Amino acid sequence: MKIARVLVAALAFVLAAGCAKEKQEAGSAGPVGSDAPAHGDAIVEGSIGDVSGFLTAVTSDSASHTAAGYVFSGLVRYDKNLKLEGELAESWEVSPDGKRITFRLRKGVTWHDGAPFTSEDVLFTYRRMIDPNTPTAYAEDFKQVKRAETPDPSTFVVEYGKPFAPALASWGMHVLPKHLLAVYPDISRSPLNKKPVGTGPFRFVEWKTGEKTVFEANPDYFEGRPYLSRVVTRVIPDPATMFLELKSGGIDMMGVTPLQYTRQTETEEFRKLFHKYRYLSFGYTYLGFRLSHPLFSDQRVRQAIAHAIHKKEIIDGVLFGLGQEATGPYKPGTWVHNPDVKRYPYDPQRAKALLGEAGWKDADGDGVLEKEGRKFSFTVLTNAGNESRAKTAAIIQQNLDGVGVKMEIRTLEWAAFINEFVDKRKFDAVILGWSIPQDPDQYDIWSSKKTGPKELNFVGFQNAEVDRLLEEGRRTFDLEKRKKAYSRIQEILAEEQPYVFLYYPDALPVVHKRIHGIEPAPAGISYNFIKWYVPKDQQRYTTFQQ
Amino acid sequence: MLRYIARRLVLTVPLLIGISLISFLVIHAAPGGPVEMATDLNPKVTAEARERLRAYYGLDQPIHVQYVRWLGRMATLDFGQSFSRDGKQVSEKIGERIPVTLAINVLSMLLIFLVAIPIGVYSAVRKDSWFDRISTVVVFTGFAVPTFWLALLLMILFGVKLGWLPISGLVSLEYDSLGLAGKIWDRTSHLLLPVFVSAFGGLAGFSRYMRSNMLEVIRQDYIATARAKGLPERKVVFRHAMRNALLPFITILGLSVPGLLGGSVIFESIFAIPGLGQLFYQSVMSRDYPLIMGALVIGAFLTLIGNLLADVGYALADPRIRTE
Amino acid sequence: MGAGTSSIFRDFLRRLFRNRLAAGGGIVIALLFVVAAVPSLVTDRDPNRIDILRILAPPSAEHPLGTDELGRDVLSRMVHGGRISLEVGFVATGIATAIGLVVGLIAGFYGRWVDGVLMRFVDIMLCFPSFFLILAVIAFLGPSIINIMVVIGLTHWMGAARLIRAETLSLKERDFVAAARAQGAGNLRIIFRHILPNALAPVLVWATLGVAGAILVESSLSFLGIGVQPPTPSWGNILTAGKDNIEFAWWLSVYPGLAILVTVLGYYLLGEGIQDAADPRLKGR
Repeated sequence: MKIARVLVAALAFVLAAGCAKEKQEAGSAGPVGSDAPAHGDAIVEGSIGDVSGFLTAVTSDSASHTAAGYVFSGLVRYDKNLKLEGELAESWEVSPDGKRITFRLRKGVTWHDGAPFTSEDVLFTYRRMIDPNTPTAYAEDFKQVKRAETPDPSTFVVEYGKPFAPALASWGMHVLPKHLLAVYPDISRSPLNKKPVGTGPFRFVEWKTGEKTVFEANPDYFEGRPYLSRVVTRVIPDPATMFLELKSGGIDMMGVTPLQYTRQTETEEFRKLFHKYRYLSFGYTYLGFRLSHPLFSDQRVRQAIAHAIHKKEIIDGVLFGLGQEATGPYKPGTWVHNPDVKRYPYDPQRAKALLGEAGWKDADGDGVLEKEGRKFSFTVLTNAGNESRAKTAAIIQQNLDGVGVKMEIRTLEWAAFINEFVDKRKFDAVILGWSIPQDPDQYDIWSSKKTGPKELNFVGFQNAEVDRLLEEGRRTFDLEKRKKAYSRIQEILAEEQPYVFLYYPDALPVVHKRIHGIEPAPAGISYNFIKWYVPKDQQRYTTFQQ
Repeated sequence: MLRYIARRLVLTVPLLIGISLISFLVIHAAPGGPVEMATDLNPKVTAEARERLRAYYGLDQPIHVQYVRWLGRMATLDFGQSFSRDGKQVSEKIGERIPVTLAINVLSMLLIFLVAIPIGVYSAVRKDSWFDRISTVVVFTGFAVPTFWLALLLMILFGVKLGWLPISGLVSLEYDSLGLAGKIWDRTSHLLLPVFVSAFGGLAGFSRYMRSNMLEVIRQDYIATARAKGLPERKVVFRHAMRNALLPFITILGLSVPGLLGGSVIFESIFAIPGLGQLFYQSVMSRDYPLIMGALVIGAFLTLIGNLLADVGYALADPRIRTE
Repeated sequence: MGAGTSSIFRDFLRRLFRNRLAAGGGIVIALLFVVAAVPSLVTDRDPNRIDILRILAPPSAEHPLGTDELGRDVLSRMVHGGRISLEVGFVATGIATAIGLVVGLIAGFYGRWVDGVLMRFVDIMLCFPSFFLILAVIAFLGPSIINIMVVIGLTHWMGAARLIRAETLSLKERDFVAAARAQGAGNLRIIFRHILPNALAPVLVWATLGVAGAILVESSLSFLGIGVQPPTPSWGNILTAGKDNIEFAWWLSVYPGLAILVTVLGYYLLGEGIQDAADPRLKGR
């Protein structure tokens, strides 16, 4: 059986090589010759969605941000261990009172059109971020700035009204070229949104809408020319098609699902061609309760549900073990994560006991709990198109059924979901996810001041101590003080369970073996993208000049 | 003849108005607006930023004002600016996608034409034979099978297992460096599966229609007359029967445009083809109102043109109308 | 109405079942109905029972059609899904037929400008790619089963309207209508008592095909994520779940695909057979 498979694969290869015109044969088992880093070749990625624009400030989808990341740079970025390091800024100093940051910028950096990069560009970027003509969703952090100055072309000084810890990270925002954008009052309408010019490792080549984006290596990049000559992102809306393209060599890299990772990429042929990576991604999935709902206002009920949910079943059944149980809104392994918070092991007995304490009994023996004539039944909402969330909801439904709680599932398409239900607060419970930002400030999600319509604390969480700690956390740069504040916040959240924190999924990228230089780290694998290379004799796309 | 065409053209005006009205009503069935998609659950958004975006897009005007403004612009094919971040004109965005979709649809129709006619004719001539029965089942299989399923199966067979054809997209990455022959083959090989999948579904209807037309025609007196005159069967079939059965067929072809356009949503997604169907789907999901309305109107407009062409073709072919 | 009718009917049935393809289709449909009505004939398993230890298990004695991505029994989901798919098909077609009847009868009977306006309306609706309209409305209003049924119905009535109008036009000139009028019957009575029953025949054929079409539309909607929502099973959403695993869990794709194929084919063949059998002019050759 296996031999037949190998033969078919070999036959396919022969045919593909025969039919293809100028394709090189993909690097297969073992390199012949040196593995040394070499310039050249291209990497082809698959993406479900197309870019909507290249200026990060005015886009909000991940496809656009990823593309922009090849072309633009920020003042700072995160290194392999998730610590902030300088990108366009060589170094920076925070004043003792925490209100002023002085960035010393790299010298000799040029824009892709040859013009020099200076502090004027940074000032320009800041001004546009707070400009009402700019349709950006990211203005908030920059509005905290009281004053910004450029004492010389390689120094940028920014002053805040109050110390603002997330400020440093906010300067990871991509810097815009003043000399090309100053004439456009609205940068989203400028040609740069379609033909970007930045200071990043790759230069823009072309964007065929709906089809692909192409970038080429920037020989003048201030960290040295990237090894790969080209980066191509192909738009492939259907995941099944994308997987087929991966296997037939049409793309070199994609993020696979847990199911594909465990069951469909374990064959010999596959492992011969691809490297599989796995690291904890930057997000978590949760079940959120509307805290003003009569069913969920009692903390014991929420805790009971937490005990009733078999998280391990979810991680095994949905993630195939490729993820971790979540206990709070911070990723394990990060400096701010507090592992010593109250946990809720799977315990249906305890769940029933707690529910009983809260007054819920099954008096009429129909399997569903009642209290004062009202059945314990509610509807959970989640967004359509997310297979993991749909499966998670199904498992939770079964778990809760076991303790007498009836849960209906309703999936809604995203736009309707956000507007009708979350924003207008017409929900019982939701299954959603947050991405975890690198800076631990989560004011917008947990502050009692953020419970207004369309604001992000849509579950209505209000806790005076947490409010105080949130303020403490964002007003100091002292890591120890911040850690203490956020640790206590995690304790309170675990106790109160405004969410049942479900899991942190793994990111599962798969990359063609001919691409060397990938080193998994806490930040993932893409942090050193400019150091990825393909050895000379394994290069596949050689028809590009470079 | 010209009067006939002119009359048909005039009739299309009320149709166009009706089309615009229905499109407008459809998109206003929607709760939620484009602003929500753009500024979703991103912790960095504030209510103020959202309101700013809402005013920016003009959604705070009353409905009838919005419709009238839009209708006026539609007359000049100006559907306004897309709500999406790239801010392109709707007509520009649709214009980018139409060539691909049209090309595939035209090729499909051609394929259907070439295959359905012989099948229909032969089935009629040999009614109830093995050929008739088997071809019935085969063509209806094409209708009955979900497009994406068929597409994936073919992709796996021809793309992965046999490696003969590319899996998705319009051209290879190395397209620019290929010679002319290489370029032609490249485009063709990328189009083979999508056109086939698109056409396979339509075969059923057309071949059956052709068959029943032929059956009708064959029973006519003039066929009996032709046979009585001693004409060879082949001449009877081709010269007389088929010609007459063909006429209504042309009309039907024009009517197939909406079906093909609708189906394109699915197979463009599966084959990663950047066409009008994909654009429409994305615009619906992101509540890009101007683009949705533009696509609906243009889709309907294409149908109108298809029908018009079919009617003109029919008029040209049918001497009775020509001499009116 | 009289003794003559039943022998006409028997003739019709005889002709119908001599057509082997149509007979085959009829049998398939009948089987489907039976299974949908009484699922326990085939299986007792709960279609929603999750079993994460048996995710994507191949067909076996315990799970004759295998399990899906949450370990649920595919056979049971197919059976219950069949019922849902049938429901969607029938209600949607019912709505379409009802609308088509009303529009066609009124247009055909009253004629002149009423006819003109209504037929223009039909033309306008026919210009839209119906799937575009369905897609937009379902996306806006949400993919509940009711919405799906109603929207499919609202976008597919035009064929029926045209058919009924044509029949009405020819029927209203007939003698029995003149006779009824001479007896003092009002318009409405004529329409409903006399014309409607006689105009129904071609519509039935059309409706058969409509049910088949609705099943296909639902599967397309499921592919786009806005069909019947899981965990409620439908053939469309089982097929869609299977497409991402098409090589490694072929049972999840092949069985629902085949089921849709065979069912739609069955409806089509049956519908065509009815048409052939009902048309006395095409008798034999």
